[in-house]
Amino acid sequence: MAENSTDAAPTSRRDFLLHATTAVGVTGAAVAVWPFVDSLNPAADTRALSTIEVDLTPIAVGQAITVKWRGKPVFIRRRTPEEIATAESVNPDDLRDPQTDAERVTKPEWLVLVGVCTHLGCVPSGQKPADQRGEYGGWYCPCHGSHYDTSGRIRKGPAPLNMAVPAYSFLSDSLIRIG
Amino acid sequence: MTAPNKKQAVINWIEDRLPIISLMKHSAVDYPAPKNLNYWWNYGSLAGFMLVVMIVSGLFLAMHYTPHVDMAFDSVERIMRDVNYGWLIRYIHMNGASMFFILVYIHIFRGLYYGSYKPPRELLWWVGLVIFILMMATAFMGYVLPWGQMSLWGATVITNLFSAVPVVGDTIVTLLWGGFSVDNPTLNRFFVLHFMLPFVIFGVVFIHVWALHTVKSNNPLGIDVKGPQDTIPFHPYYTVKDLFGIGVFLIIFSIFIFWYPNYLGHPDNYIPADPMVTPPHIVPEWYFLPFYAILRAIPDKLLGVIAMFSAILILFALPWLDRSKVRSATFRPLFKIAFWVFVVDCLVLGYVGAMPAEGIWIPIGQVATFYYFLHFLVLLPVISKIEKPLPLPESISEPVIKSGGASGAKSAVKAMIVAAVLAVSGGTAAQAASGNAELHHPDWSWSGVFGTYDEAQLRRGYKVYREVCSACHGMKLRAFRNLEDLGYTEDAVKQIAASYQITDGPDEYGDMFERKGLPSDTFPAPFPNDQAAKAANGGALPPDLSLITKARFGGADYVYSLLLGYETPPLSVELPAGKYYNTVFAGNAISMPPQIMDGMVEFTDGTPSNSEQIARDVTAFLQWAAEPELEQRHAMGVKVVLFLFFATVLFYALKRRIWSDVH
Repeated sequence: MAENSTDAAPTSRRDFLLHATTAVGVTGAAVAVWPFVDSLNPAADTRALSTIEVDLTPIAVGQAITVKWRGKPVFIRRRTPEEIATAESVNPDDLRDPQTDAERVTKPEWLVLVGVCTHLGCVPSGQKPADQRGEYGGWYCPCHGSHYDTSGRIRKGPAPLNMAVPAYSFLSDSLIRIG
Repeated sequence: MTAPNKKQAVINWIEDRLPIISLMKHSAVDYPAPKNLNYWWNYGSLAGFMLVVMIVSGLFLAMHYTPHVDMAFDSVERIMRDVNYGWLIRYIHMNGASMFFILVYIHIFRGLYYGSYKPPRELLWWVGLVIFILMMATAFMGYVLPWGQMSLWGATVITNLFSAVPVVGDTIVTLLWGGFSVDNPTLNRFFVLHFMLPFVIFGVVFIHVWALHTVKSNNPLGIDVKGPQDTIPFHPYYTVKDLFGIGVFLIIFSIFIFWYPNYLGHPDNYIPADPMVTPPHIVPEWYFLPFYAILRAIPDKLLGVIAMFSAILILFALPWLDRSKVRSATFRPLFKIAFWVFVVDCLVLGYVGAMPAEGIWIPIGQVATFYYFLHFLVLLPVISKIEKPLPLPESISEPVIKSGGASGAKSAVKAMIVAAVLAVSGGTAAQAASGNAELHHPDWSWSGVFGTYDEAQLRRGYKVYREVCSACHGMKLRAFRNLEDLGYTEDAVKQIAASYQITDGPDEYGDMFERKGLPSDTFPAPFPNDQAAKAANGGALPPDLSLITKARFGGADYVYSLLLGYETPPLSVELPAGKYYNTVFAGNAISMPPQIMDGMVEFTDGTPSNSEQIARDVTAFLQWAAEPELEQRHAMGVKVVLFLFFATVLFYALKRRIWSDVH
């Protein structure tokens, strides 16, 4: 017994030491990886541009403007009463990505969309009066022929989802903050 | 029973197709190393570790860096300010270069002391020298990338070395530049080469290790391994010993990164490159100083360049210059003395290289240069002829058994001391050149291990900047959003931003227009361009203040002392028109009129607004503008060093335990 214990003590101490050292070394290495990974995330100056404020005053009824937000176009359309009526009259159950118009706007007159086709990322046409707007009077993506309605919902073509509505809020009647 | 068999089957499957596991086991686990290697043998693996650190940190920096003369400087500052942990990665890379050279220099001197260049290790030595030369080229080109004043002028001076080549010199230089001066094409190609060469070095390191594993390691006794009783397997003995070395090294490295990140650098490199103005005193990075001193010691362009390159190339000839059959200096009394005198000579050369090329430094540099070559060309051959070496031990295991671990511990302490002395003297030499006037040293809140900024002081300083300095000085590397660091709320920052007019555009008619500032805007410059700024300030350009405390010797102390350094000129001094007398400014004639006066800024927090307080507060604000990462840096440094200390103690305990059956 006595012989055994003298033999066993250093071995177990060595094992403990070995395990402790391995644990500390691996932890240190793992923690050291984080700053390098995080450096690939958006930098502070990029993040500072992740919210924008847009003045709505110059937009007349029936007009649309495009603003740049996080490197992507955002469509802001001041819809006509007819466009609102068409958008509201659709039965969401008939849609590929069922959503009522009310779910997609804060104030019915203002439609705010990330202007990126949900198929493969092209920018749909329909912002300018002369643009092609597709069969549903909203937007039309020339890349692969997706048709969006006056609520920005997918109605025909390969795109799987409605155009996204970014997080935004009205700071006043004529000023919104996106992001 | 089945699990190990399965594992073995997988191993066999791989081994039959690619014997990589047995190769690794052969070279990193079973490799028989002499059992008497002391801590001087840690520096090879440490250098290898550092190479990996440099490649990894460099890759991440390259993902954010822009190699263009108009954008390089700001892209580096963006890394320092906006990229997540960018300051950490850049300071690792920047100080890592210095650490890498310290490690490699010690590694080389170890080889010199223990005769590691003698048969059968000549090729091993030469391949190592090739790595050293590649490293110097890589470090030089890396220093050009931030495109500060030292980058540009260092590149100009070093590339001009080649113009000393007879007949084709100028053609070579034009080829190197890709133009008629160091300019954008030069920066672009240097970036490409700086990116590529480390991978070449990595490959040559493999050859170095291959050669090492063929001829096996030298050892402190310099005698051949006689049999298995003289060796121990590399793993776990030397892996754990190297691990302990890495722990100690990382602590020293961390102290530089987190508390003295610019100690080994030069403040002028925080001034953007200007091809029209050379800094008054240009020096290379500390690790080139000895060679720089040799270059300047010879009063002839071509011969100076030849001497400088010969100083490196002569190391290749060592196997022929030193003919002694005994490798280790331990048994060579004369050689040992010559070795240490040579080490001192190299340190003297390094110090002279940092000094201005005038006065006493010229003869000292010439004597030291003469001795450098004397050592190789005369002393080594003569000593190896006349010296009577001490009797060599029978075998490695004999003295190992006798002396035990004491000599190992002693050499460890020596190794650490040398590393620390080299690091500090490198920096001191670089700093020594600034023979400036006496500066005030106020107690700054951010000095010390735990130092932080005083938000109230920064807000007062900002008020001074806005009401006084910003009339002439821009601060383009800071944005309004950064004022949140000063304790302003998001809404307060918005209001501050909106109180500035920002020129934006062009609008849909192609015209520029004025709008209210947004938090994401940077502080606007007071003048539309440098020419307008000069015209409005009697021909002198008021510098941008984003980096001012980093871009001057003495840092914050200098800025503070300068602001308070105005005096009536002594009768003997005749000031040029439009200049003011300042005791701190180099040459004493400064274009900036005295700005700080008692009561000129009203502090709302009740702080007395005397000129001393105003100068102190605005300096604190400028320090924050230059080093916004400082608080995060100090806080992280404390944690990192505590962790490393704990880890290193564990590494040491494990090392003791594993080695207990060898001693």
